[in-house]
Amino acid sequence: MNDAVAIVVDAAGQRFGTRTIFENVSFTVATGEVFVVLGGSGCGKSTLLKQMIGLLPPTQGRISVRGHDVVTEVEAVRRDIGVMFQSGALFGSMTLLENIMLPLAMFTDLPARARAEIARIKLALVGLADAVNLLPSEISGGMAKRAAIARALALDPPILFLDEPSAGLDPITGAGLDRLILDLRAALGCTFVVVTHELQSIFAIADRCVMLDRAAKGMIALGVPRDLQRTSDHPTVRAFFNREAES
Amino acid sequence: MARVTVARLDVANEPSGTVIALAGPLTAPALAPIWSRTKDAARRAKGALIVDLAGAEPVDTSGAALLLALEREHGERITLRGLGEQPTALLARLRAAVPDGPPPKVAPRTVTRTGLGRTLLIRVAFFGETILATLTLPTKLRFLRGGDFFRLTERAGTEAMPLILMMGFLIGMILAFQSAIPMRQFGADIYVAALVSLSLFRELGPLLAAVILAGRTGSAFAAELGTMMVNEEVAALTTMGIDAETMLVIPRMAAAMLVMPALAIGVDVAGIIGMGFVMMILGFPPAAILHQVQMATGPEALLLGLFKAVVFGAAIGLIGCRAGLTAGGGPRAVGEAATSAVVGGIVATILLDGLFAVIFYRLGL
Repeated sequence: MNDAVAIVVDAAGQRFGTRTIFENVSFTVATGEVFVVLGGSGCGKSTLLKQMIGLLPPTQGRISVRGHDVVTEVEAVRRDIGVMFQSGALFGSMTLLENIMLPLAMFTDLPARARAEIARIKLALVGLADAVNLLPSEISGGMAKRAAIARALALDPPILFLDEPSAGLDPITGAGLDRLILDLRAALGCTFVVVTHELQSIFAIADRCVMLDRAAKGMIALGVPRDLQRTSDHPTVRAFFNREAES
Repeated sequence: MARVTVARLDVANEPSGTVIALAGPLTAPALAPIWSRTKDAARRAKGALIVDLAGAEPVDTSGAALLLALEREHGERITLRGLGEQPTALLARLRAAVPDGPPPKVAPRTVTRTGLGRTLLIRVAFFGETILATLTLPTKLRFLRGGDFFRLTERAGTEAMPLILMMGFLIGMILAFQSAIPMRQFGADIYVAALVSLSLFRELGPLLAAVILAGRTGSAFAAELGTMMVNEEVAALTTMGIDAETMLVIPRMAAAMLVMPALAIGVDVAGIIGMGFVMMILGFPPAAILHQVQMATGPEALLLGLFKAVVFGAAIGLIGCRAGLTAGGGPRAVGEAATSAVVGGIVATILLDGLFAVIFYRLGL
């Protein structure tokens, strides 16, 4: 396994029946990188995310996470990843602390007090030190996203996948989440794969990005966002980065 | 988690103080065997406390949590030695993020506030609002949607009828069998037909129909309206100036009231057929059975039963809608609303039935 490479996506594709979502998508994500998957609605961003986290086997190509194939070694892949779903997907019957303690209880033999201390620190790390005893129904959307990141971090996985972290949030809260991602990367050294179409967020956090396109049924750009904005001659890429309405 | 390398703990007494050496991975799965032992060793240590981390690699937030907990418990006494650059930065980050003081207690959630007074107030208020909505209905007819009413009627009535007929048939059979044994001892088993048909018309028909309505339709009303509450659809109606009581509650109540007599008649008819089936097995001719039914039950018994059915329908519809429209937030709300609708509907039905029994007795009906 090459430690410098966290994820390899090699000619991945997805078909549902006769409908092709995308094909021949290839890129690598470097260890410690914040990598963004972007594109318009319906281009397959979330489908690609599901493939990378082992929820949906690619119908074409191969994806590996830290050297483990997402289809044949899915258990090993899941030990190395944490996922924040778009809705947060916090368990409504548990407090935030209990949400974070759950994976610690399932996958470690730590005593309950230790689990609570670790969970409390994870919540503090995402700025929710005072919300440990609140239920998900008692917190705001931004807090729910932070709590979901804390839960994804519960077992300190080296790779975190975040699905639309700033979707549905106001710009200030969204910018706060962007800062949190960079802060966590600096503090924990983990790799982030972020699915988003928020331009402000992409410029704030992405080291590199891949852009998918529904019309092209595949990737149309790969690189540093600012470079793509300046140099890409693909009309959709230019339109996306320059916020022009597509014809 | 598979393939976990366990962290190691060594304690040594040196002239400078007690040295706790932690080695190997300080990660959540690897720390389990040494977490409590490390804290115990730190508590027992005399004088200065040195935590030697030269052999600790990697140190993640769980490892840092242990170090932070030791720092918080032992304050000035503790010195960390040999911690790498990245974990040092992580620990500094956590020191800044985690507030001082003991961890907050996990709030017990096994007992919740019952809020009996408030619940009662909400129910009374809802009842009052529904009466008001009914009285002002002529001015708000535009909020009623005929399609909704017919859809609700079909779901509450037509779709429930097979279940009603099966239950009625079985109850009629069971009652006939159960009462035939003691009646036969007195040579009065022909009166089983009168007994069962009177029980069905006056009591069991409306009661059984109400239990099925509460279980099927009351819960469905609560779940549907509860989901609308959670999705803020009711709030959207309100902000559009549409009276939610009129648009959502009145058609449901009307549908429940309309279908209940039909369901009660379904139980009655199916029950009499079930009873007749048993009586024929016991050797009684159909004409004798029918004669007994006619003798025991007249229009009065049927109408009393149907009147009760209409009132039960109104109560179940109202309680189902109330449960849905007072649902809280979160994923449990809809389930709680459905449970509340079924329990409330059945309890209200039995209470009303008891009340009717007293009233009819006093009126000599």
